[in-house]
Amino acid sequence: MADIVSPLPGIFYRKPGPDKDPYANEGDAIEAGQTIGVVEIMKQFSEIRSEVAGTLQSFAVEDSGTVNPGDVIATVSEG
Amino acid sequence: MAFDILEPGLATSVQDQGRFGHYNVGIPQGGAMDQLSASMANALVGNTPGDAVLECAYLGPRFTTDADAVIAVTGAPVEVRVNGTPMTEWSRLTLAAGDEVSFGMLSGGTRYYIAVQGGVDVPEILGSRSTYALGALGGLQGRTLKAGDTVPVGAPSGSLPTMDEIPEVLRPVYAKEVTIRIMPGLYDHRLTAEGMETLLSAAWKLTPVADRTGLRYAGPDLEWKPRTQPFGAGSDPSNIVDAGYAIGSIQVPGGKEPIVLHRDAVSGGGYAMVATVISADMDVVARSAPGTLTYFEPVTMEQALAARADAAKVRRAVWG
Repeated sequence: MADIVSPLPGIFYRKPGPDKDPYANEGDAIEAGQTIGVVEIMKQFSEIRSEVAGTLQSFAVEDSGTVNPGDVIATVSEG
Repeated sequence: MAFDILEPGLATSVQDQGRFGHYNVGIPQGGAMDQLSASMANALVGNTPGDAVLECAYLGPRFTTDADAVIAVTGAPVEVRVNGTPMTEWSRLTLAAGDEVSFGMLSGGTRYYIAVQGGVDVPEILGSRSTYALGALGGLQGRTLKAGDTVPVGAPSGSLPTMDEIPEVLRPVYAKEVTIRIMPGLYDHRLTAEGMETLLSAAWKLTPVADRTGLRYAGPDLEWKPRTQPFGAGSDPSNIVDAGYAIGSIQVPGGKEPIVLHRDAVSGGGYAMVATVISADMDVVARSAPGTLTYFEPVTMEQALAARADAAKVRRAVWG
């Protein structure tokens, strides 16, 4: 299991836009470096990426939820 | 010499003590948001207090130096790395040509500062090297750093001081709960007594809507006195006929979510300013991370001036 951690505070969004599909869903196979969401702070959106390949097990933060540096956003089971 | 920026960080900008004397034409004073931390970084590398530093918000840059350099990182607690090796914040660091500086995750606060001996040597615009990004003015081409930028560093102006570390007792704290001293006014008469009581008693929580322009706090609504809409003012009770905004003034558009205007704020507008943060506490506001619980405490002008004198004592302890 690998945790995807937010390096910065802000609002976590799972979609690139309100009427767009989520970057990734629970159960999806994801690649290393794949974007799983964005965090907005100071009117800037920073992409949150998985460092490992595997299956996205679960999100620990809701869409539009607040995150702080070090907070786990999602968990990936490797392989 | 220069720093070569490999990754820019979230919003890394060149800042100094600020650009004074142009607020009347809408150009804010700008400058490092946490002036004390920036000043301490300069002190460690033998600069003057007026030299420019790099201000990093949340995510710092990754850069290499093209020559030997002396740097110091101060401000929000963060892991500083030189060629991947963790180094100490609040102390003088020596870099060899080609060394790479990078940063880990913040463990509190919002901003940290990188000073380099000789100072960041961008041109002075209207008497300051500070970046005013909204106005595309100052700093490096009037903007925050980008990957591929070359940040020029000036020639050392003097020798290195004896002090190579800021004593812990002098370092600012990065608390999750802060009390910010304010002076009511100029438009506090527009709030009802209950409205003012709410401002002064509520636990305000800093939202993520916080940057160099202003910081927005979540909490209860404030109640305004009824009024006849004056000619030239907006229809909301929080609107006034346009007036100048003081640095640190607190406006409450619609009575919801007070905003503390900070160093890159506009110089005027049509919202009633119910209070102003005293100058000694502007750095404390700057250090607050989203989620920080904040209480506003009213003080008199005498108390505000005494607090300013106390802050000057800390600076003297660093600069001698």
